[in-house]
Amino acid sequence: MPKIKSIARSPHIDMTPMVDLFSLLLTFFILTATFRPVDPAKLTIPNSVSEKVAPDNDIMTIFISTDKKIYFNFDNGKDTSKHFRAELLKAMATQYKINFTPKEITQFSRKSSFGMPMAYLKQWLNTEDSKESDKFQVGIPTDSIDNQFAWWVRSARTVNSQAQVAIKADGDAPYPVVKKVLDLIQKNGINKFNFVTTYDKQEVGIKDIPKQ
Amino acid sequence: MGEVVTEEKAQKGAKKRPKKHPGRIDMTPMVDLMCLLLTFFILTAAFSKPKIMTITMPEKDDNTVPPKIDARRTLNILLTDSDRVYYYVGAIEPGKPQPQFVRSNFSKDGIRKVLLLKNKDLFTKITEYNESRVKGKIHVSDAAADEHIKSLKKDDNVGPIILIKADESAKYKDIVSIVDEMAITNIASYAIVDLSSVEKTLLKAQPR
Repeated sequence: MPKIKSIARSPHIDMTPMVDLFSLLLTFFILTATFRPVDPAKLTIPNSVSEKVAPDNDIMTIFISTDKKIYFNFDNGKDTSKHFRAELLKAMATQYKINFTPKEITQFSRKSSFGMPMAYLKQWLNTEDSKESDKFQVGIPTDSIDNQFAWWVRSARTVNSQAQVAIKADGDAPYPVVKKVLDLIQKNGINKFNFVTTYDKQEVGIKDIPKQ
Repeated sequence: MGEVVTEEKAQKGAKKRPKKHPGRIDMTPMVDLMCLLLTFFILTAAFSKPKIMTITMPEKDDNTVPPKIDARRTLNILLTDSDRVYYYVGAIEPGKPQPQFVRSNFSKDGIRKVLLLKNKDLFTKITEYNESRVKGKIHVSDAAADEHIKSLKKDDNVGPIILIKADESAKYKDIVSIVDEMAITNIASYAIVDLSSVEKTLLKAQPR
């Protein structure tokens, strides 16, 4: 009896539909992707049951790290042609009588969060190396003699009156620092705060009410 | 002559004739790369939206007189270091016996039980309303439901008024946790206020 020989042939799978699908999904994700901006410090965000999503625009974010350092971020607004960040830097330049070159202003509007005294700002903007420039991030001063943080908030509010306030603080940040920040912001007439949290579902029903 | 032409034609045709099977392109590396990029974009994009918890603080104005609140409805929550939570009902008034501080914590059976018990009526109303929405008994939009819950909270005049007070050793996460408890137990009115000096001393005197 002759043996039935199976012809050795590498099976060819037609991958075209798969590639089609992948390119479609990939295009979709690339177009919709909004990149998470890098936090200026490592922050462990506390949990809450809030499902409200943070707005993308018109928001000033205040970062508070465990070591009491304060950082600030401000967006260009929904209509980026308004250049809110550049306007903010110009307002601060007038306040502190520092002249920024147009190049430094563009550089500032490209960067995200920052946290340094005004004196370091110029150097920070002119440092190309990210490791080098991180050395200037020592926190915004909030002392009563020269409260630069209050000025940042005030200028940001003047530049964009729609801007909301978001607090992104490490869970272990001491309360007095947070309170100081809240007080300073309240002095600028803002009473609504958004705490950035991570969502953590909690199931509580009527049966959970203790019987006296 | 004619022969030559046909020969040439035939030769040309043989040269130009396309292969019956067009060369297959191996798409596996391309698929690999796309898979990788796709995974990357899914992981970075889909879960990157941060959540926020909104809180409105009482206006800070030296000229406004703080509103008079019923002491029996007031529940003071005091926060201090190492996740300790204390609460007491009413207000500390000179000449009257000082209220007893009760120790609690942020666990499920801690301060939440106290708040639920205090806020029983409003909590039941809101939970029943939400449940009937989930079950499909009432059909309303999310905005209308929020509006309804807001009005329920506004009309509530028996529920507790919570005063959240934290001392210097409290952490930011304690504040977030307690405000979160307010959201969980549907407390209508609460505020973050400063500790009085009497409370500060009493809080310091509490055993660890």
